[in-house]
Amino acid sequence: MFMSCLITSLQYFLGLPQPRHHIFCVYLSIIANIIISVCYLFPTIVALIHYNYGINAEELIKNAKYIATPGKGILAADESTGTIGKRLSSINVENIEANRQALRQLLFTSPNALTYLSGVILFEETLYQKTSDGKPFVELLQEKKVVPGIKVDKGIVELAGTNGETTTQGFDSLGARCAEYYKAGARFAKWRAVLKIGPTEPSELSIQQNAQGLARYAIICQENGLVPIVEPEILTDGNHDIAKCAAATETVLAAVYKALNDHHVLLEGTLLKPNMVTPGSDSAKVAAEVIAEYTVTALRRTVPPAVPGIVFLSGGQSEEEATVNLNAMNKLEVVKPWTLSFSFGRALQQSTLKTWGGKKENVGKAQQAFLVRCKANSDATLGKYTGGSAGGAASESLFVSDYKY
Amino acid sequence: MASLVKLNASSSSWIGQQSFNQRSGSSSCRLPINNRRVAVVRAGSYTDELIKTAKTIASPGRGILAIDESNATAGKRLASIGLDNTEANRQAYRQLLLTTPGLGDYISGSILFEETLFQSTTDGKKFVDVLRDQNIVPGIKVDKGLVPLPGSNNESWCQGLDGLASRSAEYYKQGARFAKWRTVVSIPCGPSALAVKEAAWGLARYAAISQDNGLVPIVEPEILLDGDHPIDRTLEVAERVWAEVFYYLAENNVVFEGILLKPSMVTPGAEHKEKASPDTIAKYTLTMLKRRVPPAVPGIMFLSGGQSEVEATLNLHAMNQSPNPWHVSFSYARALQNTVLKTWQGRPENVDAAQKALLIRAKANSLAQLGKYSAEGESEEAKKGMFVKGYTY
Repeated sequence: MFMSCLITSLQYFLGLPQPRHHIFCVYLSIIANIIISVCYLFPTIVALIHYNYGINAEELIKNAKYIATPGKGILAADESTGTIGKRLSSINVENIEANRQALRQLLFTSPNALTYLSGVILFEETLYQKTSDGKPFVELLQEKKVVPGIKVDKGIVELAGTNGETTTQGFDSLGARCAEYYKAGARFAKWRAVLKIGPTEPSELSIQQNAQGLARYAIICQENGLVPIVEPEILTDGNHDIAKCAAATETVLAAVYKALNDHHVLLEGTLLKPNMVTPGSDSAKVAAEVIAEYTVTALRRTVPPAVPGIVFLSGGQSEEEATVNLNAMNKLEVVKPWTLSFSFGRALQQSTLKTWGGKKENVGKAQQAFLVRCKANSDATLGKYTGGSAGGAASESLFVSDYKY
Repeated sequence: MASLVKLNASSSSWIGQQSFNQRSGSSSCRLPINNRRVAVVRAGSYTDELIKTAKTIASPGRGILAIDESNATAGKRLASIGLDNTEANRQAYRQLLLTTPGLGDYISGSILFEETLFQSTTDGKKFVDVLRDQNIVPGIKVDKGLVPLPGSNNESWCQGLDGLASRSAEYYKQGARFAKWRTVVSIPCGPSALAVKEAAWGLARYAAISQDNGLVPIVEPEILLDGDHPIDRTLEVAERVWAEVFYYLAENNVVFEGILLKPSMVTPGAEHKEKASPDTIAKYTLTMLKRRVPPAVPGIMFLSGGQSEVEATLNLHAMNQSPNPWHVSFSYARALQNTVLKTWQGRPENVDAAQKALLIRAKANSLAQLGKYSAEGESEEAKKGMFVKGYTY
């Protein structure tokens, strides 16, 4: 480029005839050369951003860090139409769009609750919905400094030849969909991979397949401006002890980070959404401190410090259990270079749903219940939760065997 | 507890420069019973001891003195000051180093060659006991050197797995408590996927066998300085190599709280036209480490690989300007011994001066580990680069 620029300039200055566009090219290439030299002289800035220049690393890192703000967490309100139908039917409410909109409006307009949230994961339908006053949900959230996120997977299917293990679908046109979601205001995404524990599970096939799926999803998101939440959920179903869960979690997370690294995912622009390490659903319960030790140990062995935040899923834990466990983890006196926070669905909404019952006159009280859980979990991320916000519903286990999301 | 939680908007609660180890005196270890219970996952019979040893080596203000040169390499060092490569001379040199008074203030571990592990001072005191008395953990090089890797692009692989278990058990009996295995990766040669895979897998197998026999494995995939590549390329290769290493370590069920790393710093190639400043090297190296090293690993002890004594110290200092999730320190051979050798010249009357020279370098690196080093007053000799192209260890 430099040589052709030089030659063309020489020809120009020697007065030789030049087609118009040639001169333009000369100027362009001079400018290009200057820019390239500057970039070469200051490699630190350019290179440390990311060597894949198709990614806006700065924006991803900024958003991931914000979502990982201590004292805040994520509301997972991305139940698919089918799943939200189950929630609504549990309080005898019809599964129609108006009711789905009403529930989400209840949550997003809860006075003061949004201060404790840094992000909300939405289902596609919700991303384009508005309040009854006509204000887009996305705008409402953005005004309260809550980052809108979007579920982008298309559910799980079984892996042939395994004992009911699964892989996650959703790659077709994923890039294009992410670009659309970004335009609509989303700034992070979520994709749920599911694994289970059994005599021969998780199998090597299931681990590799789900890890690769998460990595591919993650890089596609980053290419389209969305921070990927990486969620390898290991179900609690089973009668195994906590050590078995820990071993499985460590193995799965090691494979996940290997895959992310192989796919050149920018770790500083991701978040992790793992299960807590607990005994199986059919085994005796253990203290929160034990869960905290095993969970934090597993994460310290697998998650590089570049990852800004870890936002736990609640699985089938009751609202109170999930909060108490999160609190115990944040009280542990050991080096944790990422924040430990929440991305709860059921464990934030259970009491709220029951209190609402689908009735307009209950909205205020339901929003109060929601605020209570949001604050409790915010306290838990700071290791400051002292309990006492457990009402009847808050202690209710939300475990459903062989849970189909 | 207020001492723990130090929150700000951009990071979570790190304990800062205060390492976990510093507060564990006798029973004030943070998670006494719990530690054992949690280490049930992947635990072996030596796990508690491995974790304790690794933490001791990774203590604030201290690093490793590497004196594990094979006999052939030791011969080169001795020849450079006009000495013959005899066992007596090798013993005399190692005795000079290991009996330096006050060495234990700055050195937490010393890597020995097999011959040295079984040697004693001229007074008949075992070298391992000399080290023990100084509160320095004895370590042992267990690999059997590099040989050509067939089917690769002129690359090497590291031998030494055969009989490693029984050798390690013998070394443990003699008093060694950590081991070291050095493999290399060459950027000018690719590196090929084959070479990277072999390097990582060999390290993982060695690490598992070491832990099984009571030795803390130091994991050393040295990315050679040779080449004219820019620093970005080194970053890329280092990230790839460490991703592979950690994955295979995990597959081999290695306990991460009981290992130490010995990486090369991320720098441009030796023949690259631009040198990088210590701050740039620190930035790139820390970025790489944060992307690849889980916090469970207690210590990262850098190799010097041909940098001058002062360069190696300055770079280490630059990396310790703010808290890191792991202890970031040194495991230097040439960068600690160069001036010492030149001062000694093989003469008994120079032993004191040579030992003082060692203390000067050890203290400088100790300060660098604490982020408190200043290069004022360093000699010209200490600034001389030690890069040898195509260096065979």
